[in-house]
Amino acid sequence: MSPRATTAMQQGLQSCEGCGLLSRPAPGAVEGRCPRCGEELAFRKRASFQRTWAYVIAAAICYIPANVLPVLTTTTAAGAESDTILQGVVLLWSPTGWPLSIIVLVASIIIPSAKILALAYLLITAQRGSEANNEQRVRLYRMVEFIGRWSMVDVFVDTFTAALIQLQPLMSVEPGPGLIFFAAVVVLTMLAVESFDPRLIWDSASPKDGSSKEVTYA
Amino acid sequence: MPCPNDDEESSTFAFVQLDGLMHSEAYNQPVADTSLIACLHCDLLQRLPDIEVGASARCPRCNKELWRRREDSLNRTLALTLAAAVLYVVANSVPMLGLTIVGREASTTVFGGAEHLWQDGQRIVAALVLFTAIVAPALQIGLMLAVVLGGRRERAPRWIGIILRYHPTTRIWSMIEVMMVGVLVALVKIADYATVIPGTALFVLWVLVFILAGMQASFDSREVWDRIQWAADSARHDTAGDRIIEETS
Repeated sequence: MSPRATTAMQQGLQSCEGCGLLSRPAPGAVEGRCPRCGEELAFRKRASFQRTWAYVIAAAICYIPANVLPVLTTTTAAGAESDTILQGVVLLWSPTGWPLSIIVLVASIIIPSAKILALAYLLITAQRGSEANNEQRVRLYRMVEFIGRWSMVDVFVDTFTAALIQLQPLMSVEPGPGLIFFAAVVVLTMLAVESFDPRLIWDSASPKDGSSKEVTYA
Repeated sequence: MPCPNDDEESSTFAFVQLDGLMHSEAYNQPVADTSLIACLHCDLLQRLPDIEVGASARCPRCNKELWRRREDSLNRTLALTLAAAVLYVVANSVPMLGLTIVGREASTTVFGGAEHLWQDGQRIVAALVLFTAIVAPALQIGLMLAVVLGGRRERAPRWIGIILRYHPTTRIWSMIEVMMVGVLVALVKIADYATVIPGTALFVLWVLVFILAGMQASFDSREVWDRIQWAADSARHDTAGDRIIEETS
């Protein structure tokens, strides 16, 4: 792609994330509403870096208790036993159950941590104005966007295991304190993906003098 | 590269300016040609080609799919949405999973899972499960139904646009397919202790996962957006004027 590619922002045009319509803010204004669907428009998502960082940092903090605290407590006649997510993966490992064990390992441990790292990488490179690997970075963003929801798998596993195994006094399963932190990691990373504006990846590839305010009012 | 500077400067446009550069309530002025768009993933300005049915247009810079033209989009989506609505109701009214162990039985619905978490004091997680497994899918189906029914009119009413704007959010948070994988894992876990009885809802939900995917895939939002009544009706007249100028000049 030629480095001379023209962006909508350079032409003072805003595209609507709701309906896709391209429109020009009124003279003197930097923001307005989409004339077709009424959505509030901006050249880039508002405070994208700050909001995304806030979500990513919050998710990284919650990631620790999510993995250290137990997510399920099993009570049997022999006593109570608490399992963290990783212990759950190990327990699931058996000659027949190993594929599911891998699914949980990938969905609950690898995806959430990879998501946090990937978002931090995208934020840092975009903020430093990196011009390298733009295509790969936007592809990484789309991958994170697509795959993120699958981390919820473990929340559903624990929900339905606990709901079904209620056979007091034989055996009962209750959700543990780690579950809420784990759910928080999933939700926070999903919100981070939504608040990150992938167009920021490309902004440094455009000529530096093309800042929004200077080109808005032709 | 297409030039966006068409004649839209020439039209008159009323706006309310609030404190200089602050956010204004004014409507933007649309570009004259609605096939002129910017990629939402890289902001590249481009003109959408008039593609054949079934074909898709991708951004030449970042490869994002910009538009896929669907055949008979509204009718097909309506059929799939109605099917999804029926399956949804069935799936949420019959048990999904049951088990027997030494003569005792237990079963749960999707709602029962969330309810149990709530009773256990995990209220926030319970609300999240309720939202992603029950509320968001209901909105995803219900709002889509409203869009395909209202969008059939020659000039789709404005409220259709408001729904259509928020529909992608319900799609992101509707996680039936994720829940089904979770249920599968729970099933295998439980099978170690007890005999698992798959409920009717389990099969219905698996069908629903594919119907929902088909519903989203058959829907072409551009088709509805092209016919929607604009929020700024005056702006549309201006645009129409532009187009006439372009054609006559």
